[in-house]
Amino acid sequence: MDFLEYIRLVFTDYTLRTITLGTAILGAVTGMLGSFAVLRKQSLLGDAISHAALPGIAIAFLITGTKDSNVLLLGALISGLIGTFWIRGIITKTHLKSDTALGLILSLFFGFGMLLLTFIQKQPNANQAGLDKYLFGQAATLLESDVWMMATVTGICLIILLLFWKEFKMLLFDADFTKTLGFNTKAIDILITSFIVLAIVLGLQTVGVVLMSAMLLAPAAAARQWTNSLGKMVFLAAIFGALSGVFGTAVSATQNNLSTGPVIVIIASVFVLVSFVFSPSRGLLFKQIRFIKNRRDLKLNKTLAFMYGIAETHENISHPHTVKILNNFQGFTKGTLQKLVHKNYVTLEGNMWSLTKKGFQAASNLYNQQNDDE
Amino acid sequence: MAQKIAVKVDDLTVAYNYKPVLWDIDLEIPEGVLMAIVGPNGAGKSTLIKSILGILKPIAGSVSIYDKPYEKQRQLVAYVPQKGSVDWDFPTTALDVVMMGTYGSLGWIKRPKQKEKKQALEALEKVGMLPFKNRQISQLSGGQQQRIFLARALVQNASIYFMDEPFQGVDATTEIAIINILKELRKAGKTVIVVHHDLQTVPEYFDWVTFLNVKKIATGPVKDIFNDDNLTKTYGINYKVSIQE
Repeated sequence: MDFLEYIRLVFTDYTLRTITLGTAILGAVTGMLGSFAVLRKQSLLGDAISHAALPGIAIAFLITGTKDSNVLLLGALISGLIGTFWIRGIITKTHLKSDTALGLILSLFFGFGMLLLTFIQKQPNANQAGLDKYLFGQAATLLESDVWMMATVTGICLIILLLFWKEFKMLLFDADFTKTLGFNTKAIDILITSFIVLAIVLGLQTVGVVLMSAMLLAPAAAARQWTNSLGKMVFLAAIFGALSGVFGTAVSATQNNLSTGPVIVIIASVFVLVSFVFSPSRGLLFKQIRFIKNRRDLKLNKTLAFMYGIAETHENISHPHTVKILNNFQGFTKGTLQKLVHKNYVTLEGNMWSLTKKGFQAASNLYNQQNDDE
Repeated sequence: MAQKIAVKVDDLTVAYNYKPVLWDIDLEIPEGVLMAIVGPNGAGKSTLIKSILGILKPIAGSVSIYDKPYEKQRQLVAYVPQKGSVDWDFPTTALDVVMMGTYGSLGWIKRPKQKEKKQALEALEKVGMLPFKNRQISQLSGGQQQRIFLARALVQNASIYFMDEPFQGVDATTEIAIINILKELRKAGKTVIVVHHDLQTVPEYFDWVTFLNVKKIATGPVKDIFNDDNLTKTYGINYKVSIQE
């Protein structure tokens, strides 16, 4: 299937449209909530939650015997929440740091979940196959009802976000201060965390336990590079997440047999990579360019200042001097001299240079500025 | 002179795990003083403030603000945390941080409006940070960040101000600017309580002092109790400071 046909199919084919919509909504909601996780330095929490959800899926299957995704995801939600609040408990009640608590719960729950999955597979029951799709996700199994579910949760999440925006922002920035104002920080915290858990659980069917945390972190990390406003960051993260979902589905649908979840995650990572390199204010590329440019300017200014020091001792500021004299000055290069000529700060005749009026002016301003700073 | 008691702490004991950080603290802070809390590292100075403000949960003891439990008097109290307690790379502006000072009186859900914005701008003006109102907070110097925190507390328009090392890592100009604001607050009848490290400046800046080292050593007017005896008791070594008479 080529790309044009894919676009035609998105609008006509029921299955493809469902999957595209589902992954887009999923990307948007995880991107939004991921911003909060990233800013709270709880990036690993998503990973722990998704892994903690696995035993819930298995237990829900063992109890009910159905593979209805709503039932299984309810199990995932419960065990994800248990894992999350267990982590919080460990952090507040013991000496252990949060990374240790996260690692512990993640491996404990995941190990238990895998154990249950193998136990289920050994059972003489034709119904057991397919539970392992929750490990890596299988977007193709998304139904219209799943998409409605995602849309509903995203809608509620948006309303909560708008209502408690001020509280969320303040808690993220300064929890202690929030407490002194009389806000119940625990309640706000539980509200945010519960929605993060909910979003992760919703994504398990599509992206899977193992890769789910990338959906949470990648769009947010990418968005942070482009803006210094929390509102814009959350909005951008939602857009990046949704685009990752759409593009990821497109790539996996046009290339035979590429699993959707991993492709979405890779697309999201491309957003991160591009943002890290090309963002104007925080990106590596422009940072490096600014760094080089500043150094060059500094070199130029130092040469100019050196010339000014010499020219100052003469009545006629444009009195010519030999180029040789500049060799006494460390950091002088022919290139900087050419640049000064180009800027009309200096005129060059043979081996002699002289400062122009403009150059003298610029250099004396340079001096004054430096004196002001001191 | 019968002064009103702004803050009263009774039998406050705080412990992390087994080791007590604060032991049986009784403290009365009169209204209208500018008080320094001094003591060595690990003496529990920040812990004392945080316990008074309910950020930390004490094992025992109670705190009252103007004769009523602290929980009922929150709106009378403002807090300036240590500058290092937050992530200054958080995506927000100076004005936005100062606006947070109005959130307490707004309560849940309600958004800040023009009135709150005006208050925040006035506070920024007071601390000399108005030109930086739209600056991303990571692009402010340490001293400027401290002023932003101070402005956020000023917006709260409280009667009692608790400040955790407001002079830490700021230059001399900022230090003078901050102490002038604190003195203005005192002049307006407010009570200001400051965790302070620089013993040399205590007599110059403050009129009240509390010596703390897990237990309360002494509390009272600087001119009466800021002496070598109390310093030695608090810091455990023979401490000599020359107090300007």
